[in-house]
Amino acid sequence: MTKFLQRWTVFAGLVVVWQVLGWLAEDPFFPPPSEILSAAWEWWVVEPENFTEHVVPSIVRLLSGWAIASVIGVSLGLLLGRSDRAMEYAGPLLVFLRSIPPPALVPVFLLLFKAGTSMQLATIVFGVVWPVLLNSVDGARSVDVTKVDTSAVFRIPRWQWVLGVVLPAASPKIFAGLRVSLSLSLVLMVISELVGTDNGIGSQLMQAQREFDYTRMWAGIVLLGVLGYGLNTALLAVERRALAWQPRSRDEQHA
Amino acid sequence: MSNMLEVADLGHTYGDHEAIGGLSFTVRAGELVCVVGPSGCGKSTLLRTISGLVSPTRGDVSLHGSHLAVVFQDYSRSLFPWLSVQGNVEFPLRSLPRAERRARAAEALEWVGLSGAARKRPWQLSGGMQQRVAIARALAYRPALLLMDEPFASVDAQTRFELEDLLLRVRREHDTTVLVVTHDIDESVYLGDRILVLSGSPARLVADLEVPLPAERNQVTTRTDEGFVALRSKVARLLNVGKPSMDVEKWAAAERESLSETVPS
Ligand SMILES: Nc1ncnc2c1ncn2[C@@H]1O[C@H](COP(=O)(O)OP(=O)(O)OP(=O)(O)O)[C@@H](O)[C@H]1O
Ligand SMILES: [Mg+2]
Repeated sequence: MTKFLQRWTVFAGLVVVWQVLGWLAEDPFFPPPSEILSAAWEWWVVEPENFTEHVVPSIVRLLSGWAIASVIGVSLGLLLGRSDRAMEYAGPLLVFLRSIPPPALVPVFLLLFKAGTSMQLATIVFGVVWPVLLNSVDGARSVDVTKVDTSAVFRIPRWQWVLGVVLPAASPKIFAGLRVSLSLSLVLMVISELVGTDNGIGSQLMQAQREFDYTRMWAGIVLLGVLGYGLNTALLAVERRALAWQPRSRDEQHA
Repeated sequence: MSNMLEVADLGHTYGDHEAIGGLSFTVRAGELVCVVGPSGCGKSTLLRTISGLVSPTRGDVSLHGSHLAVVFQDYSRSLFPWLSVQGNVEFPLRSLPRAERRARAAEALEWVGLSGAARKRPWQLSGGMQQRVAIARALAYRPALLLMDEPFASVDAQTRFELEDLLLRVRREHDTTVLVVTHDIDESVYLGDRILVLSGSPARLVADLEVPLPAERNQVTTRTDEGFVALRSKVARLLNVGKPSMDVEKWAAAERESLSETVPS
């Protein structure tokens, strides 16, 4: 309970300060939280079609883009990580591709896929695959020699080697990559919705801004924050369960 | 008795460093053979060539059985932390039906006295218990030959004695053929039916000694047995080949003294 209080007092305090300042300043650019909340209520709860037509599709795109990137990243990463030959060939290409800022590719994907879901998915997938891929490569390489030898001596089948040894050994690194990718997916989802579409949280943000409806704009921003926080918390919960086998260090046990 | 393992003129060279320089020996079925040699002489390399982890640059290894198991010195790295103790023992048995796998793992854990720890994670156990898990895993695999590379070098003396006796017991009860690498002369005499003494690098066979002790060994009485002491001295002398003569003489004097102490007059 005290930990809960500790964690949220600063946050709550800031909201209160903002509320008071917002009342005092009466600046249309910075509405107080109470107005933002009521705008959010009107926008998404009173008119639920706004939620189902804009927010839900955005979340679906974010999650499917992230899932596709994760599957590609993990499978390719484990493959490259266990083969020095493949890494020698693919290494420079990976570094080059990773260095391209994904938003710069939005126009290219617009040409390739036209505006719409496939272009948005392509942007997200291309942007977030790298943290997963590179972390998986790292993780796959970190399987220690004794475990490699043990597996070889027992002549385990190939699937067991990949799923039963390499994947679990790499999983702490993979989860670190997945977390970075998830936050990045949110960013790229918004960016991919800023152009060429009138659907999604990003496009609604742009529209609110164009119509000088700053309260709604803020409501959208708050929604993105809540979304990011919720997704990250959910992933952390999954990670904690999946990596429960890790020997805990002493400090963590006390935390 | 039939031969389980035949090694013929085995040699291995890393780059231009000759680690093993032509070894020939056999291990008979049901035998426990110890390999002793100075540190860095190529004992691990020998085990790696026998187990197929390294292909030797020359010579032949022939195993008369389908498969072998290895127990490594580094138990904490050899066990998989994401599997339970039971999961670790079942690890090499994935191709078997589930029920049989379970039964074999339970049986092997019972042999090493760890039935109660089946659901735990290996890192929750002490070092000695972890090495017992590794031994159980190797036994559950029912290998034609069990290879061990300094299996008890990372545990304390007390645990080491217990593990030595455990190894002697399970291999007697289950008729396992074992090849143990060790750098501990006493251990080689205590465990072995036979001892292969290797020279410093490149490893060559210096002696192939039968151990003239009864099959039943005891940590207290066997270690003070006349035959034990004499053989230990002999192996020690053999291992000192190549050391400066000064050392040998000093060592021999000390050895004579210790002999007169331990042998009752
Ligand atoms: N992968 C390798 N590449 C090159 N040289 C190696 C390699 N492995 C071992 N060696 C060398 O071969 C020699 C024998 O090594 P090995 O590990 O077989 O000795 P050992 O008898 O097991 O030593 P220890 O008693 O310390 O375990 C050593 O000089 C070592 O430096
Ligand atoms: Mg060694």
